[in-house]
Amino acid sequence: MASDILQFILYCVLLAALAWPLGIYLARVFSGEQTFLFPLLAPVETGIARACGVDPRTADQHWTRYALAALAFNLAGWFVLYAMLRLQGVLPFNPQGLPGLSPDLAFNTAVSFVTNTNWQAYGGETTMSYFSQMVGLGVQNFVSAGTGIAVGAAVIRGFAGRETRGVGNFWIDLVRAVLYVLLPLSILFGLFLVWQGVPQNLASYVDATTLEGAKQTIAQGPAAAQIAIKQLGTNGGGFFNANSAVPYENPTPLTNFAEMLAILLIPAAFPFMFGTMVRDMRQGAAIFAAMLVLFLGSLALTYGSEIQGNPIVAELQVDQSAGNMEGKEVRFGTGNSALWATATTAASNGSVNAMHDSFMPLGMLAPMLQMQTGEVVFGGVGSGFYGMLAFVLLTVFIAGLMVGRTPEYLGKKIEAKEVKLSVIAFLVMPLGVLVFGAMATMIPAALASVQDAGPHGLSEILYAYSSGTGNNGSAFAGFGANTPYHNTMIGIAMLLGRYVFIIPMLAIAGSLAAKKTVPASAGTFPTHTPLFVGLLVAVVLIIGGLTFFPALALGPIAEHMAMLAGQTV
Amino acid sequence: MLSQIRPAFVMITAMTLLTGVLYPLAMTGAAQALFPAEANGSLVMKNGQVIGSSLVAQAFTDPGYFHPRPSAASYDGGASSGSNLGPTSAALKQRIETDVARLAADNPGVPVPIDLVTTSGSGLDPEISPAAATFQAPRVARARGLEVAAVRALVGRIVVSRSFGILGEPRVNVLALNLALNELAPASIPGSRAGEPVAANGGMR
Repeated sequence: MASDILQFILYCVLLAALAWPLGIYLARVFSGEQTFLFPLLAPVETGIARACGVDPRTADQHWTRYALAALAFNLAGWFVLYAMLRLQGVLPFNPQGLPGLSPDLAFNTAVSFVTNTNWQAYGGETTMSYFSQMVGLGVQNFVSAGTGIAVGAAVIRGFAGRETRGVGNFWIDLVRAVLYVLLPLSILFGLFLVWQGVPQNLASYVDATTLEGAKQTIAQGPAAAQIAIKQLGTNGGGFFNANSAVPYENPTPLTNFAEMLAILLIPAAFPFMFGTMVRDMRQGAAIFAAMLVLFLGSLALTYGSEIQGNPIVAELQVDQSAGNMEGKEVRFGTGNSALWATATTAASNGSVNAMHDSFMPLGMLAPMLQMQTGEVVFGGVGSGFYGMLAFVLLTVFIAGLMVGRTPEYLGKKIEAKEVKLSVIAFLVMPLGVLVFGAMATMIPAALASVQDAGPHGLSEILYAYSSGTGNNGSAFAGFGANTPYHNTMIGIAMLLGRYVFIIPMLAIAGSLAAKKTVPASAGTFPTHTPLFVGLLVAVVLIIGGLTFFPALALGPIAEHMAMLAGQTV
Repeated sequence: MLSQIRPAFVMITAMTLLTGVLYPLAMTGAAQALFPAEANGSLVMKNGQVIGSSLVAQAFTDPGYFHPRPSAASYDGGASSGSNLGPTSAALKQRIETDVARLAADNPGVPVPIDLVTTSGSGLDPEISPAAATFQAPRVARARGLEVAAVRALVGRIVVSRSFGILGEPRVNVLALNLALNELAPASIPGSRAGEPVAANGGMR
């Protein structure tokens, strides 16, 4: 227990200490300043930009053009990935001779990786060839994260701009995100992972004869390179089926700690990037503080539930002092499993080092709620921050209503247009989770995917659609998601959750960029104070959380009551 | 939109070459040069034969060996999986009940450490807690005709503590423990050829 708390503190301190300088670095990269990697990578950047027909000097795009470029690029990426997955059987680097994917699974998987969700309706080592992993999924791990970072940078430019027309250039932002941020970090992190025991080879699966003489097949592959970017880019799609619980993906407590840091590193750097770009670090620090408060609340609930263990199991002759260990690995224990679950659902990462399906009812409630509030607690790379900015606008708006003044943020008037656009973005989560989830409970073909009966079954559906719409990608893996119905519906949920958020946020950025700044007056509500942090936290919980409370009451909370009464189904 | 289609396809091609071909192949080359044993799966060799990986659990059923945690994946190193049973699942309760009843016979009166009756997330957890190893020591000692204290001392030698004294949990690698056990006491176990040299983490493939 004490050692767990110590690890939590160490984690938060290290995260803040790494995110702050990275945020400043990101601000420099996306302001076009020269960084230490510039001499090496600038020719590559210029080369790619020129091939795309972009002139860096005159490239500033209006938000509509920026959004179109992002959509066109994601569409092209989807098309290429879909084709690769369907044709897997005839493509190279396929030592196990795995066949092409079915149309619905290929659709779902391509959408999943393009939208930075990385929901997996398949098992990696039994479905994907090395070619599909490297050239298909791996590429989208980089560029879907790059898209998120680019849009995040554009939105920040909108808030920081002074009567400007454009919000930046998508192609240049994307190239910079990959070249100056994701690729260097992945190379370092990937080699660290190999050193600790993560495989990186192109060999076929190994046949071993165990000590007792049994035959064992052991999957191999170019895992480390993929896992490095899957964590840094808040992708989360596992190379192997059981994701980061598999020792080959996450062999030691050291890799576990580093991977957890990698999950939140770039998202946590965004508030500091924002602070730097709006030339007021207090604004960024306030948003970081609000995120940290929400994060610690979720962690406390998850860890508190897991460490107590399962009262139904406690009646048997067992020593449950280690907590609920079903679905958890010994090297991580309950402490590191709870911390990972909190980090991966705070971010839109979705990789898991323990099976969330086997968490305690309240232990699974916090991850679910974090996804349903739109993953704004650090969140996905870029996407988490622009999601939080939508909540910031709403908070400023509500605070303005309370004191009867025109709401302002960073010297810009927040008007009906911005608030309406934010609300459109907020409506996506209830649509994807509650409406699609309700449909799944009524359609027999959809219900057949549920593994456990009773309230836990409802939780499985809620979790799947929260994960899809929130672009998280973690799963209650007992839920049989690989059916034509769920592949299609979760695919649509992922598309809505990604693009019906990106477009309104870019529209807000475009609208704000064009506005005049008004000097702060005595009537301006300060947005860097603890009071504002408290309000922001309350707005996230009330607006984001209360929407889902009735559904959560029927799922995890009902199961918690049943568990306390010793009932099993 | 149409004016963006060409740059979109040029960009995805450039990115595919850079992050989908160059990056993984360069990483494979670097990994094979710098950390060959780890990059090839931390395989354990014996007489030129692969007997498993130190990072992948394998089944042990003989009473003379330490047993790993139960596996929802049947220890299939090519298809990792957890049980994914929820906390109020009747199937989970029944499974744990059965396992507890079986294990209680090994070490009567002692509560069974929870990790010995729960399946791991991957189904391939190669390790057990020190408590779970100590719990099995009397059974292993009986089967091998050893003093319980000697087996416990062996467990103590194989225990890995927290990284830097802080990170993770103390644990025992089951394959490493059983290999050390074979060195200590060549037992009459079918299929085991004790006393033969073993190269951990060895061997390129």
